[in-house]
Amino acid sequence: MIHVQGLTKRYGDKLALDNVCFDVRPGEVLGLLGLNGAGKSTAMNILTGYIGATSGTVVIDGHDIADDPLAAKAVIGYLPEQLAFYGDMRVREYLDFVCDLKRVREGRREHVASICTRVGIDRMTDRLVRNLSRGYRQRLGFAQALLGNPKVVILDEPTAGLDPSQIVEIRKLVRALGKSSTVIMSSHVLSEIQAICTRIIVLHQGRVLADDTPENLGRSAQGAHRMIARIQGRPERVEAALSRAPGITQVRLLEQRESDAFDYAIEGVRDRDVRADLFRALARADLPLLSTGGVESSLEQVFLQLVAGR
Amino acid sequence: MVAILKREFRAYFQSPLGYVFIAAVYFFSGYYFFTYNLYGATTNMSRLYELLFPVVLFLIPVLTMRLMSEDKRLKTDQLLLTSPVPRLGIAMGKYGAAVAVYLIAISSTLLQAVVLAFFAAPHWPTILGNFVGLFLLGSTLIAICMALSALTESQVIAAVAGFVVSLFLMLVDALALVVSSSFLQALFRNLSFNDRYTPFTLGIFELPNVVFFLSISALFILLTWALLDRQRWS
Repeated sequence: MIHVQGLTKRYGDKLALDNVCFDVRPGEVLGLLGLNGAGKSTAMNILTGYIGATSGTVVIDGHDIADDPLAAKAVIGYLPEQLAFYGDMRVREYLDFVCDLKRVREGRREHVASICTRVGIDRMTDRLVRNLSRGYRQRLGFAQALLGNPKVVILDEPTAGLDPSQIVEIRKLVRALGKSSTVIMSSHVLSEIQAICTRIIVLHQGRVLADDTPENLGRSAQGAHRMIARIQGRPERVEAALSRAPGITQVRLLEQRESDAFDYAIEGVRDRDVRADLFRALARADLPLLSTGGVESSLEQVFLQLVAGR
Repeated sequence: MVAILKREFRAYFQSPLGYVFIAAVYFFSGYYFFTYNLYGATTNMSRLYELLFPVVLFLIPVLTMRLMSEDKRLKTDQLLLTSPVPRLGIAMGKYGAAVAVYLIAISSTLLQAVVLAFFAAPHWPTILGNFVGLFLLGSTLIAICMALSALTESQVIAAVAGFVVSLFLMLVDALALVVSSSFLQALFRNLSFNDRYTPFTLGIFELPNVVFFLSISALFILLTWALLDRQRWS
């Protein structure tokens, strides 16, 4: 649905994006994660055709944003970070105006009404935009992004400046959106990205540091896969059996949990799933595996490790 | 383009700007109509149209100062530039809205001609020629001031730049007399809006003058488009 290749953007001497490449499949909810100034908004502004790239290509639904901008923009709904509205318009007038811009003609009244209900501004349609609260403005921003049922929805910091209850509602909205559209959202709030997105790209100083699912990112940043296993049997037998397992590098006895079972911290080599090696080694030695648990790091740790690594 | 034209036209009347502009044009045209036509007891409206030349030059920067600069300042340009609307359509829509408000304002002169018609027979071809001249003058200046507005986020700077251009256009005839270089003299004479507008007020409808105003308008609309498009490549 979205193909980004070698995207580079310079502002004078400053390199805002440096050879960024990624693809987004239909139905994916992609999170762009990065510190302030990492290049998230620049990437989104280029994806939506607001600004041009210094080099590189962006193809949205088969249309190059530089060569065929109108066709590419026709499939995009965009919620910018800095929400700006014509304050002198009423909510209904504003949405009508956006419908005109997006050439939404057939069934417009019903379409606008259904989106207003979906984002929770159906009782605000006669209000002047300038009189709306921050939360309702954000919802109005969502509503205008959803008009015309775009195939791609791009959300730049959609929960910035909202109170906790509003954040929960907006997250629900984005999750629901992911069922019908391809979504790219940016945030510097790690928990938010983790809660909503099916895939994360970590940007730092204009470069892609990581591109994976939240779960895999958590594992990969460990350096080696670790887990806690509860194994029945004498500790020396367990340690002897696991020392012969190919992927296991370290076994550390933690504590006794049951009458004849102990917990062990097991560490495997990088990028290898230690669970299969553990199972086979214990089966060969006839040592029952009672339970296992992951020691995945939080995404926050992952992010800080990735950024610190640069 | 039509969506932007409608939105901009409505915006003129959701703030005092549209009303103030129309009221100012009505005031000056009414004043000149009273002093030269009613008080002077004549159906010749050429003097009125001649006197509206400086009025239009000074009022149009007020009409156009927010056209492009406000969108840049408020960041509402992000909505327009990320919508499936050609950037030339954005410039044309905004231009069309300002021209429509201007047309409403100068239509007062046609109303005055109708009033005259109750008492005597005005020479309608001359009046219509004058009206077309005033329309072309104003719409050309709107195009120039819109391009100036696209250069800045500040409405005040856009208005001041518009006044400077207006002042230059009024003084350019005098400049042609004070410079010694024949090239500069020819340049200033050819740039003179007054020389192009005056024939209309004399009842002379010359096609080159019409083409002059239309081509300057087209040039500055394209310049506004280029300024909008610059953002994609800067």
